[in-house]
Amino acid sequence: MLRVAKSGFFTTIQDKGRFGYRHMGVPVSGAMDQHAASLANALLENSETDAVMEITMSGPTLEFLSPTYIAITGANLSPSLNGEELEMQSVHKVLEGDVLTFGGHIEGLRGYLGVKGGLLTETVLNSRSFYKPVTTSARLNDGVEISYKEVTSFEPKISHIITESIDKVNLLKVSQGPEYGILSKKELTDLFGKPFTISKENNRMAYQLEQTLDTHTHSMLTSATLPGTVQITPAGKIIILMRDGQTTGGYPRILQLSDDAINVLAQKTFGDTISFQID
Amino acid sequence: MNSYPIQSRPFGEHAILIEWPNEIERAILDDILIFIEHLKTTRLQESTWEMVPAYNSLTLINRDQQINHASLSKDLVDWYNQRSEVKKKPSYLWKLPVCYDLDFGIDLEEVAKTKGMSIDQIITLHTSCSYTVFGIGFLPGFMYLGGLPKELETPRKAIPRLHVEKGAVGLAGKQTGIYPQVSPGGWNIIGNCPVPIFDASKENPCFVNVGDSIQFYSITKAQYDLHTIQAEVGLDLIKKIAINA
Repeated sequence: MLRVAKSGFFTTIQDKGRFGYRHMGVPVSGAMDQHAASLANALLENSETDAVMEITMSGPTLEFLSPTYIAITGANLSPSLNGEELEMQSVHKVLEGDVLTFGGHIEGLRGYLGVKGGLLTETVLNSRSFYKPVTTSARLNDGVEISYKEVTSFEPKISHIITESIDKVNLLKVSQGPEYGILSKKELTDLFGKPFTISKENNRMAYQLEQTLDTHTHSMLTSATLPGTVQITPAGKIIILMRDGQTTGGYPRILQLSDDAINVLAQKTFGDTISFQID
Repeated sequence: MNSYPIQSRPFGEHAILIEWPNEIERAILDDILIFIEHLKTTRLQESTWEMVPAYNSLTLINRDQQINHASLSKDLVDWYNQRSEVKKKPSYLWKLPVCYDLDFGIDLEEVAKTKGMSIDQIITLHTSCSYTVFGIGFLPGFMYLGGLPKELETPRKAIPRLHVEKGAVGLAGKQTGIYPQVSPGGWNIIGNCPVPIFDASKENPCFVNVGDSIQFYSITKAQYDLHTIQAEVGLDLIKKIAINA
Protein backbone atom coordinates (compact mmCIF):
# COMPACT_ATOMS: atom_id res chain seq x y z
CA MET A 1 0.00 0.00 0.00
CA LEU A 2 1.09 3.60 -0.58
CA ARG A 3 -0.56 6.74 0.71
CA VAL A 4 -0.94 9.87 -1.42
CA ALA A 5 -0.07 12.48 1.21
CA LYS A 6 -0.25 15.30 -1.36
CA SER A 7 -1.60 14.61 -4.82
CA GLY A 8 0.30 17.26 -6.81
CA PHE A 9 -1.02 19.25 -9.77
CA PHE A 10 -2.76 16.46 -11.70
CA THR A 11 -1.91 12.85 -10.86
CA THR A 12 -3.78 9.83 -12.23
CA ILE A 13 -3.46 6.07 -12.66
CA GLN A 14 -3.09 4.88 -16.25
CA ASP A 15 -2.41 1.70 -18.20
CA LYS A 16 -2.50 0.79 -21.90
CA GLY A 17 -6.10 2.02 -22.11
CA ARG A 18 -9.69 0.87 -22.35
CA PHE A 19 -10.44 -1.01 -25.55
CA GLY A 20 -13.72 -2.30 -26.95
CA TYR A 21 -16.06 0.51 -25.84
CA ARG A 22 -15.40 3.20 -28.43
CA HIS A 23 -18.70 2.45 -30.22
CA MET A 24 -20.41 3.54 -26.95
CA GLY A 25 -18.47 6.80 -26.92
CA VAL A 26 -15.87 5.73 -24.33
CA PRO A 27 -12.38 7.15 -25.06
CA VAL A 28 -9.39 4.80 -24.95
CA SER A 29 -7.55 6.81 -22.24
CA GLY A 30 -4.30 5.26 -20.95
CA ALA A 31 -0.87 6.79 -20.31
CA MET A 32 -0.41 9.91 -22.47
CA ASP A 33 3.23 8.97 -23.16
CA GLN A 34 2.88 5.22 -23.72
CA HIS A 35 6.57 4.90 -24.49
CA ALA A 36 7.68 6.29 -21.12
CA ALA A 37 5.03 4.28 -19.24
CA SER A 38 6.17 1.03 -20.91
CA LEU A 39 9.75 1.82 -20.01
CA ALA A 40 8.85 1.96 -16.30
CA ASN A 41 7.07 -1.39 -16.56
CA ALA A 42 9.92 -2.90 -18.59
CA LEU A 43 12.57 -1.90 -16.01
CA LEU A 44 10.49 -3.53 -13.27
CA GLU A 45 9.84 -6.60 -15.47
CA ASN A 46 6.12 -5.95 -15.07
CA SER A 47 3.45 -6.96 -17.53
CA GLU A 48 3.01 -4.27 -20.19
CA THR A 49 -0.62 -3.91 -19.10
CA ASP A 50 0.27 -3.04 -15.48
CA ALA A 51 -0.95 0.33 -14.25
CA VAL A 52 1.46 3.19 -13.49
CA MET A 53 1.03 6.62 -11.93
CA GLU A 54 0.97 9.54 -14.38
CA ILE A 55 2.41 12.67 -12.79
CA THR A 56 1.87 16.04 -14.44
CA MET A 57 4.28 18.97 -13.99
CA SER A 58 4.33 19.13 -10.22
CA GLY A 59 4.54 15.82 -8.43
CA PRO A 60 2.82 14.25 -5.44
CA THR A 61 4.18 13.26 -2.02
CA LEU A 62 3.84 9.50 -1.58
CA GLU A 63 4.38 7.42 1.56
CA PHE A 64 5.16 3.76 0.97
CA LEU A 65 3.57 1.53 3.61
CA SER A 66 5.20 -1.71 2.45
CA PRO A 67 8.44 -2.61 0.64
CA THR A 68 8.62 -2.72 -3.16
CA TYR A 69 10.72 -1.59 -6.13
CA ILE A 70 9.98 1.48 -8.23
CA ALA A 71 11.13 3.15 -11.46
CA ILE A 72 10.42 6.70 -12.65
CA THR A 73 10.44 7.57 -16.37
CA GLY A 74 9.21 10.29 -18.73
CA ALA A 75 9.39 13.92 -17.59
CA ASN A 76 12.14 14.72 -15.10
CA LEU A 77 10.32 16.31 -12.16
CA SER A 78 13.25 15.95 -9.70
CA PRO A 79 12.18 12.89 -7.71
CA SER A 80 13.77 12.19 -4.32
CA LEU A 81 13.36 9.41 -1.81
CA ASN A 82 13.58 10.52 1.83
CA GLY A 83 15.18 13.72 0.59
CA GLU A 84 17.84 12.03 -1.52
CA GLU A 85 17.80 12.61 -5.25
CA LEU A 86 16.62 9.58 -7.27
CA GLU A 87 18.05 8.66 -10.63
CA MET A 88 15.48 8.60 -13.46
CA GLN A 89 15.01 5.44 -15.57
CA SER A 90 16.43 3.28 -12.78
CA VAL A 91 15.13 0.60 -10.47
CA HIS A 92 15.10 1.63 -6.79
CA LYS A 93 14.34 -0.40 -3.70
CA VAL A 94 11.72 1.18 -1.42
CA LEU A 95 11.17 0.29 2.25
CA GLU A 96 8.20 0.68 4.55
CA GLY A 97 7.99 4.32 5.65
CA ASP A 98 9.95 5.72 2.69
CA VAL A 99 8.65 9.02 1.31
CA LEU A 100 8.84 9.92 -2.39
CA THR A 101 8.68 13.61 -3.25
CA PHE A 102 9.15 15.66 -6.39
CA GLY A 103 10.87 19.03 -6.78
CA GLY A 104 11.58 21.34 -9.69
CA HIS A 105 10.42 20.66 -13.20
CA ILE A 106 13.51 19.92 -15.32
CA GLU A 107 12.18 18.63 -18.62
CA GLY A 108 9.05 17.17 -20.21
CA LEU A 109 5.54 17.40 -18.75
CA ARG A 110 4.42 13.90 -17.70
CA GLY A 111 6.41 11.57 -15.48
CA TYR A 112 5.55 7.93 -14.78
CA LEU A 113 5.98 6.03 -11.54
CA GLY A 114 6.04 2.29 -12.02
CA VAL A 115 5.75 -0.05 -9.00
CA LYS A 116 6.80 -3.70 -9.07
CA GLY A 117 3.71 -5.74 -10.03
CA GLY A 118 1.71 -2.62 -10.97
CA LEU A 119 -0.65 -0.35 -9.01
CA LEU A 120 -3.83 -2.18 -8.08
CA THR A 121 -6.61 0.41 -8.30
CA GLU A 122 -10.16 -0.49 -9.43
CA THR A 123 -10.58 -2.03 -12.87
CA VAL A 124 -13.56 -0.62 -14.79
CA LEU A 125 -14.39 -1.95 -18.27
CA ASN A 126 -11.09 -3.87 -18.37
CA SER A 127 -8.81 -0.95 -17.55
CA ARG A 128 -7.51 0.94 -14.52
CA SER A 129 -7.07 4.17 -16.51
CA PHE A 130 -8.76 7.12 -14.84
CA TYR A 131 -11.51 8.70 -16.90
CA LYS A 132 -14.54 10.19 -15.21
CA PRO A 133 -17.42 9.15 -15.28
CA VAL A 134 -16.24 5.67 -16.26
CA THR A 135 -14.04 5.61 -13.14
CA THR A 136 -15.26 7.24 -9.94
CA SER A 137 -12.34 9.69 -9.79
CA ALA A 138 -10.87 11.92 -12.45
CA ARG A 139 -7.59 12.25 -10.50
CA LEU A 140 -5.94 11.11 -7.29
CA ASN A 141 -6.96 13.08 -4.21
CA ASP A 142 -4.97 13.80 -1.06
CA GLY A 143 -5.09 10.96 1.45
CA VAL A 144 -6.01 8.18 -1.01
CA GLU A 145 -4.34 4.79 -0.49
CA ILE A 146 -3.27 2.60 -3.40
CA SER A 147 -2.53 -1.12 -3.16
CA TYR A 148 0.38 -3.02 -4.65
CA LYS A 149 1.97 -6.37 -3.94
CA GLU A 150 4.68 -6.32 -1.28
CA VAL A 151 8.05 -7.29 -2.81
CA THR A 152 11.15 -7.69 -0.64
CA SER A 153 13.65 -8.98 -3.16
CA PHE A 154 14.06 -8.43 -6.88
CA GLU A 155 17.18 -8.61 -9.06
CA PRO A 156 16.46 -6.47 -12.13
CA LYS A 157 18.08 -7.67 -15.37
CA ILE A 158 18.60 -4.04 -16.36
CA SER A 159 18.79 -1.49 -13.57
CA HIS A 160 19.16 1.69 -15.64
CA ILE A 161 18.34 2.88 -19.18
CA ILE A 162 19.76 5.98 -20.82
CA THR A 163 17.17 7.81 -22.93
CA GLU A 164 17.28 10.76 -25.31
CA SER A 165 16.38 14.17 -23.84
CA ILE A 166 12.63 14.58 -24.38
CA ASP A 167 12.81 18.34 -24.75
CA LYS A 168 15.00 18.01 -27.86
CA VAL A 169 12.38 16.12 -29.86
CA ASN A 170 9.90 18.55 -31.43
CA LEU A 171 9.03 16.86 -34.69
CA LEU A 172 5.63 15.15 -34.98
CA LYS A 173 5.43 12.51 -37.71
CA VAL A 174 1.97 12.50 -39.27
CA SER A 175 0.05 10.88 -42.09
CA GLN A 176 -2.85 12.30 -44.13
CA GLY A 177 -6.16 12.46 -42.29
CA PRO A 178 -9.44 11.61 -44.05
CA GLU A 179 -10.15 15.29 -44.91
CA TYR A 180 -6.54 16.17 -45.84
CA GLY A 181 -7.88 17.06 -49.30
CA ILE A 182 -9.60 20.26 -48.10
CA LEU A 183 -6.25 21.96 -47.32
CA SER A 184 -5.14 24.66 -49.77
CA LYS A 185 -1.60 24.82 -51.18
CA LYS A 186 -0.84 27.76 -48.90
CA GLU A 187 -2.12 25.89 -45.84
CA LEU A 188 0.01 22.86 -46.73
CA THR A 189 3.06 25.11 -47.01
CA ASP A 190 2.27 26.63 -43.60
CA LEU A 191 1.52 23.28 -41.96
CA PHE A 192 4.78 21.65 -42.96
CA GLY A 193 6.97 24.75 -43.22
CA LYS A 194 6.38 26.56 -39.94
CA PRO A 195 6.63 25.63 -36.27
CA PHE A 196 3.50 25.72 -34.08
CA THR A 197 3.15 26.75 -30.45
CA ILE A 198 1.16 24.78 -27.87
CA SER A 199 -1.67 26.92 -26.47
CA LYS A 200 -2.86 27.15 -22.85
CA GLU A 201 -5.70 24.81 -23.80
CA ASN A 202 -3.88 21.51 -23.48
CA ASN A 203 -4.88 18.51 -21.43
CA ARG A 204 -5.48 14.76 -21.64
CA MET A 205 -8.42 15.32 -24.01
CA ALA A 206 -6.85 17.63 -26.58
CA TYR A 207 -4.07 20.08 -27.40
CA GLN A 208 -4.86 23.34 -29.18
CA LEU A 209 -2.24 25.26 -31.15
CA GLU A 210 -1.73 29.03 -31.09
CA GLN A 211 -1.32 29.53 -34.84
CA THR A 212 -4.39 29.08 -37.03
CA LEU A 213 -5.02 28.04 -40.62
CA ASP A 214 -7.57 29.75 -42.93
CA THR A 215 -11.25 29.73 -42.02
CA HIS A 216 -13.28 27.15 -43.92
CA THR A 217 -16.90 26.17 -44.53
CA HIS A 218 -16.33 22.45 -45.16
CA SER A 219 -19.24 20.61 -43.57
CA MET A 220 -19.16 16.88 -42.90
CA LEU A 221 -21.22 14.29 -41.08
CA THR A 222 -19.95 13.31 -37.64
CA SER A 223 -17.48 10.44 -37.93
CA ALA A 224 -14.92 8.62 -35.78
CA THR A 225 -11.88 10.37 -34.32
CA LEU A 226 -8.81 8.78 -32.73
CA PRO A 227 -6.08 9.79 -30.29
CA GLY A 228 -3.73 11.83 -32.47
CA THR A 229 -6.40 13.08 -34.89
CA VAL A 230 -5.66 16.67 -35.96
CA GLN A 231 -8.89 18.62 -36.52
CA ILE A 232 -9.49 22.08 -37.91
CA THR A 233 -12.44 24.19 -36.74
CA PRO A 234 -14.37 26.51 -39.12
CA ALA A 235 -12.37 29.41 -37.59
CA GLY A 236 -9.11 27.68 -38.61
CA LYS A 237 -8.09 26.61 -35.09
CA ILE A 238 -6.03 23.42 -34.95
CA ILE A 239 -7.05 20.85 -32.31
CA ILE A 240 -5.09 17.64 -31.74
CA LEU A 241 -7.13 15.00 -29.92
CA MET A 242 -5.26 13.03 -27.25
CA ARG A 243 -5.88 9.85 -25.23
CA ASP A 244 -9.07 11.06 -23.46
CA GLY A 245 -10.33 12.68 -26.65
CA GLN A 246 -13.90 12.19 -27.86
CA THR A 247 -14.52 9.15 -30.08
CA THR A 248 -16.47 11.03 -32.77
CA GLY A 249 -16.36 14.55 -34.13
CA GLY A 250 -17.69 16.81 -36.85
CA TYR A 251 -14.59 18.86 -37.69
CA PRO A 252 -12.42 17.91 -40.70
CA ARG A 253 -9.62 15.50 -39.73
CA ILE A 254 -6.67 16.86 -41.67
CA LEU A 255 -3.78 14.86 -40.21
CA GLN A 256 -3.19 11.83 -38.03
CA LEU A 257 -0.24 11.66 -35.62
CA SER A 258 1.88 8.52 -35.58
CA ASP A 259 1.98 6.49 -32.34
CA ASP A 260 5.39 8.00 -31.52
CA ALA A 261 4.20 11.54 -32.25
CA ILE A 262 1.39 11.22 -29.67
CA ASN A 263 4.02 10.27 -27.07
CA VAL A 264 6.21 13.21 -28.10
CA LEU A 265 3.31 15.68 -27.89
CA ALA A 266 2.28 14.28 -24.49
CA GLN A 267 5.50 15.78 -23.06
CA LYS A 268 4.81 19.30 -24.41
CA THR A 269 3.07 22.12 -22.61
CA PHE A 270 1.99 25.75 -23.05
CA GLY A 271 4.57 27.72 -25.03
CA ASP A 272 6.51 24.72 -26.38
CA THR A 273 6.91 24.49 -30.14
CA ILE A 274 6.37 21.52 -32.43
CA SER A 275 6.40 20.96 -36.17
CA PHE A 276 4.67 18.47 -38.43
CA GLN A 277 6.45 16.16 -40.84
CA ILE A 278 4.44 14.04 -43.25
CA ASP A 279 5.60 10.54 -44.22
CA MET B 1 -30.59 -5.12 -50.70
CA ASN B 2 -29.05 -1.84 -51.83
CA SER B 3 -25.39 -1.72 -52.71
CA TYR B 4 -23.51 1.52 -52.43
CA PRO B 5 -20.22 2.72 -53.88
CA ILE B 6 -18.05 2.51 -50.77
CA GLN B 7 -14.61 4.05 -50.40
CA SER B 8 -11.94 3.28 -47.88
CA ARG B 9 -9.00 5.40 -46.81
CA PRO B 10 -6.14 5.03 -44.35
CA PHE B 11 -6.70 6.71 -40.97
CA GLY B 12 -3.37 6.51 -39.15
CA GLU B 13 -1.29 3.43 -38.41
CA HIS B 14 -4.09 1.44 -36.74
CA ALA B 15 -7.32 2.44 -38.46
CA ILE B 16 -9.14 2.45 -41.77
CA LEU B 17 -12.18 4.57 -42.61
CA ILE B 18 -14.92 3.29 -44.93
CA GLU B 19 -17.34 5.85 -46.30
CA TRP B 20 -20.77 5.48 -47.85
CA PRO B 21 -22.45 8.31 -49.85
CA ASN B 22 -22.58 11.56 -47.87
CA GLU B 23 -26.26 11.35 -46.83
CA ILE B 24 -28.22 10.94 -43.60
CA GLU B 25 -30.33 7.94 -44.57
CA ARG B 26 -31.74 4.99 -42.68
CA ALA B 27 -30.95 2.66 -45.64
CA ILE B 28 -27.26 3.64 -45.58
CA LEU B 29 -27.08 3.13 -41.80
CA ASP B 30 -28.69 -0.31 -42.17
CA ASP B 31 -26.19 -1.25 -44.86
CA ILE B 32 -23.32 -0.23 -42.54
CA LEU B 33 -24.81 -2.32 -39.69
CA ILE B 34 -25.19 -5.38 -41.95
CA PHE B 35 -21.56 -4.98 -43.02
CA ILE B 36 -20.46 -4.77 -39.35
CA GLU B 37 -22.34 -8.02 -38.61
CA HIS B 38 -20.67 -9.65 -41.59
CA LEU B 39 -17.21 -8.48 -40.48
CA LYS B 40 -17.79 -9.61 -36.88
CA THR B 41 -19.17 -13.04 -37.72
CA THR B 42 -16.88 -14.06 -40.55
CA ARG B 43 -13.92 -11.74 -41.07
CA LEU B 44 -12.47 -9.85 -38.12
CA GLN B 45 -11.97 -10.80 -34.48
CA GLU B 46 -13.91 -8.53 -32.15
CA SER B 47 -11.17 -8.81 -29.52
CA THR B 48 -8.69 -7.22 -31.93
CA TRP B 49 -10.88 -4.84 -33.91
CA GLU B 50 -13.09 -1.99 -32.77
CA MET B 51 -15.83 -0.91 -35.17
CA VAL B 52 -17.27 2.59 -34.88
CA PRO B 53 -20.26 3.38 -37.10
CA ALA B 54 -21.56 6.95 -37.49
CA TYR B 55 -24.05 8.27 -40.10
CA ASN B 56 -22.35 7.32 -43.41
CA SER B 57 -19.05 5.90 -42.17
CA LEU B 58 -17.49 2.94 -40.45
CA THR B 59 -14.06 3.12 -38.82
CA LEU B 60 -12.18 -0.09 -38.11
CA ILE B 61 -9.46 0.22 -35.48
CA ASN B 62 -6.90 -2.46 -34.75
CA ARG B 63 -6.01 -2.63 -31.09
CA ASP B 64 -2.39 -3.76 -31.38
CA GLN B 65 -1.14 -4.12 -34.92
CA GLN B 66 -0.37 -1.58 -37.59
CA ILE B 67 -2.56 -2.02 -40.66
CA ASN B 68 -1.44 -2.88 -44.17
CA HIS B 69 -3.86 -0.42 -45.76
CA ALA B 70 -3.47 -1.56 -49.37
CA SER B 71 -4.32 -5.20 -48.71
CA LEU B 72 -7.04 -4.52 -46.11
CA SER B 73 -8.67 -2.00 -48.41
CA LYS B 74 -8.84 -4.59 -51.21
CA ASP B 75 -10.20 -7.24 -48.82
CA LEU B 76 -12.88 -4.86 -47.54
CA VAL B 77 -14.27 -4.30 -51.04
CA ASP B 78 -14.40 -8.08 -51.61
CA TRP B 79 -16.01 -8.65 -48.22
CA TYR B 80 -18.56 -5.89 -48.86
CA ASN B 81 -19.59 -7.56 -52.11
CA GLN B 82 -20.00 -10.91 -50.34
CA ARG B 83 -21.90 -9.58 -47.33
CA SER B 84 -25.44 -10.53 -48.39
CA GLU B 85 -25.73 -13.82 -46.46
CA VAL B 86 -25.58 -12.13 -43.04
CA LYS B 87 -28.71 -10.96 -41.27
CA LYS B 88 -28.62 -7.65 -39.44
CA LYS B 89 -28.90 -7.76 -35.65
CA PRO B 90 -32.41 -6.75 -34.49
CA SER B 91 -32.86 -3.08 -33.67
CA TYR B 92 -35.05 -1.77 -30.87
CA LEU B 93 -37.32 1.18 -30.28
CA TRP B 94 -36.68 2.49 -26.77
CA LYS B 95 -39.42 4.53 -25.12
CA LEU B 96 -37.72 6.95 -22.76
CA PRO B 97 -39.48 9.15 -20.19
CA VAL B 98 -38.78 12.88 -20.17
CA CYS B 99 -39.95 15.37 -17.59
CA TYR B 100 -40.61 18.67 -19.40
CA ASP B 101 -41.25 20.55 -16.11
CA LEU B 102 -39.80 24.07 -16.28
CA ASP B 103 -37.42 23.20 -13.42
CA PHE B 104 -35.69 20.87 -15.90
CA GLY B 105 -36.66 22.49 -19.22
CA ILE B 106 -34.80 25.69 -18.44
CA ASP B 107 -34.92 26.89 -22.08
CA LEU B 108 -38.43 25.61 -22.83
CA GLU B 109 -40.18 28.99 -22.38
CA GLU B 110 -37.67 30.75 -24.61
CA VAL B 111 -37.85 28.06 -27.31
CA ALA B 112 -41.68 28.24 -27.25
CA LYS B 113 -41.53 32.05 -27.50
CA THR B 114 -39.12 32.04 -30.49
CA LYS B 115 -41.19 29.39 -32.26
CA GLY B 116 -44.52 31.14 -31.54
CA MET B 117 -45.81 27.91 -30.03
CA SER B 118 -47.16 26.92 -26.63
CA ILE B 119 -45.04 24.75 -24.34
CA ASP B 120 -47.59 21.94 -24.77
CA GLN B 121 -47.23 22.12 -28.55
CA ILE B 122 -43.42 21.80 -28.23
CA ILE B 123 -43.83 18.74 -25.96
CA THR B 124 -46.40 17.15 -28.28
CA LEU B 125 -44.11 17.64 -31.30
CA HIS B 126 -41.01 16.38 -29.48
CA THR B 127 -42.79 13.20 -28.31
CA SER B 128 -44.66 12.64 -31.61
CA CYS B 129 -41.95 10.86 -33.57
CA SER B 130 -39.20 8.30 -33.13
CA TYR B 131 -35.59 9.30 -33.65
CA THR B 132 -32.91 7.13 -35.25
CA VAL B 133 -29.61 6.67 -33.41
CA PHE B 134 -27.09 7.51 -36.17
CA GLY B 135 -24.06 7.41 -33.92
CA ILE B 136 -22.83 7.30 -30.32
CA GLY B 137 -19.89 9.48 -29.36
CA PHE B 138 -18.77 12.87 -28.03
CA LEU B 139 -19.37 11.57 -24.47
CA PRO B 140 -19.92 7.98 -23.27
CA GLY B 141 -23.53 7.18 -24.20
CA PHE B 142 -24.21 10.39 -26.14
CA MET B 143 -26.57 9.54 -29.03
CA TYR B 144 -26.67 11.45 -32.29
CA LEU B 145 -30.42 11.37 -33.02
CA GLY B 146 -31.88 12.06 -36.46
CA GLY B 147 -35.46 12.83 -37.43
CA LEU B 148 -36.29 16.00 -35.47
CA PRO B 149 -39.47 17.69 -36.81
CA LYS B 150 -38.49 20.78 -38.82
CA GLU B 151 -40.65 23.00 -36.58
CA LEU B 152 -38.36 22.20 -33.62
CA GLU B 153 -35.03 23.07 -35.28
CA THR B 154 -33.39 25.60 -32.95
CA PRO B 155 -29.94 27.20 -33.21
CA ARG B 156 -27.44 26.44 -30.44
CA LYS B 157 -27.25 28.96 -27.62
CA ALA B 158 -24.86 31.82 -28.38
CA ILE B 159 -23.04 31.28 -25.10
CA PRO B 160 -22.67 27.63 -24.04
CA ARG B 161 -23.37 26.72 -20.40
CA LEU B 162 -20.44 25.47 -18.36
CA HIS B 163 -22.67 22.99 -16.54
CA VAL B 164 -25.50 21.06 -18.15
CA GLU B 165 -27.19 18.47 -15.89
CA LYS B 166 -26.94 14.73 -16.44
CA GLY B 167 -30.04 13.56 -18.31
CA ALA B 168 -30.75 17.01 -19.80
CA VAL B 169 -32.69 16.74 -23.07
CA GLY B 170 -31.76 19.38 -25.60
CA LEU B 171 -32.32 20.80 -29.05
CA ALA B 172 -29.52 22.05 -31.34
CA GLY B 173 -29.92 22.67 -35.05
CA LYS B 174 -31.45 19.56 -36.61
CA GLN B 175 -30.58 17.44 -33.59
CA THR B 176 -32.12 16.43 -30.31
CA GLY B 177 -30.35 14.42 -27.64
CA ILE B 178 -29.67 13.58 -24.01
CA TYR B 179 -26.57 14.63 -22.08
CA PRO B 180 -25.51 11.28 -20.53
CA GLN B 181 -23.55 13.07 -17.82
CA VAL B 182 -22.79 16.52 -16.51
CA SER B 183 -20.95 18.45 -19.22
CA PRO B 184 -20.52 21.92 -20.68
CA GLY B 185 -22.90 22.41 -23.59
CA GLY B 186 -24.66 24.83 -25.91
CA TRP B 187 -27.93 23.00 -26.53
CA ASN B 188 -31.34 24.41 -25.61
CA ILE B 189 -32.50 22.36 -22.64
CA ILE B 190 -36.19 21.40 -22.74
CA GLY B 191 -36.43 18.57 -20.19
CA ASN B 192 -34.66 15.76 -18.36
CA CYS B 193 -34.63 11.98 -18.80
CA PRO B 194 -34.26 10.05 -15.48
CA VAL B 195 -33.05 6.85 -17.20
CA PRO B 196 -29.22 6.63 -17.17
CA ILE B 197 -28.07 6.04 -20.76
CA PHE B 198 -24.56 5.03 -19.75
CA ASP B 199 -23.61 3.09 -16.61
CA ALA B 200 -20.02 1.85 -16.38
CA SER B 201 -20.92 -0.55 -13.55
CA LYS B 202 -23.07 -2.67 -15.89
CA GLU B 203 -21.71 -5.47 -18.05
CA ASN B 204 -23.22 -3.71 -21.04
CA PRO B 205 -22.72 -0.05 -20.05
CA CYS B 206 -24.91 1.38 -22.82
CA PHE B 207 -28.19 -0.37 -23.65
CA VAL B 208 -28.72 1.60 -26.86
CA ASN B 209 -26.96 0.64 -30.10
CA VAL B 210 -26.45 2.58 -33.30
CA GLY B 211 -29.46 1.77 -35.51
CA ASP B 212 -31.93 1.69 -32.61
CA SER B 213 -34.72 4.26 -32.32
CA ILE B 214 -35.74 6.48 -29.43
CA GLN B 215 -39.16 7.88 -28.69
CA PHE B 216 -39.77 10.17 -25.75
CA TYR B 217 -42.91 10.32 -23.60
CA SER B 218 -43.82 13.04 -21.16
CA ILE B 219 -43.88 12.32 -17.42
CA THR B 220 -44.79 14.40 -14.36
CA LYS B 221 -42.30 15.46 -11.71
CA ALA B 222 -43.65 12.81 -9.32
CA GLN B 223 -43.11 10.11 -11.95
CA TYR B 224 -39.63 11.53 -12.57
CA ASP B 225 -38.74 11.10 -8.90
CA LEU B 226 -40.07 7.53 -8.97
CA HIS B 227 -37.98 6.73 -12.09
CA THR B 228 -34.90 8.22 -10.43
CA ILE B 229 -35.31 5.96 -7.39
CA GLN B 230 -35.94 2.94 -9.64
CA ALA B 231 -32.75 3.72 -11.54
CA GLU B 232 -30.80 4.05 -8.29
CA VAL B 233 -31.86 0.61 -7.06
CA GLY B 234 -31.20 -0.84 -10.51
CA LEU B 235 -34.80 -1.55 -11.53
CA ASP B 236 -34.92 -1.65 -15.31
CA LEU B 237 -38.35 -0.52 -16.45
CA ILE B 238 -37.47 0.92 -19.85
CA LYS B 239 -39.97 0.04 -22.54
CA LYS B 240 -38.32 -1.76 -25.44
CA ILE B 241 -39.97 -2.82 -28.69
CA ALA B 242 -38.17 -4.89 -31.35
CA ILE B 243 -38.21 -3.27 -34.79
CA ASN B 244 -37.25 -4.78 -38.15
CA ALA B 245 -36.11 -7.95 -36.35
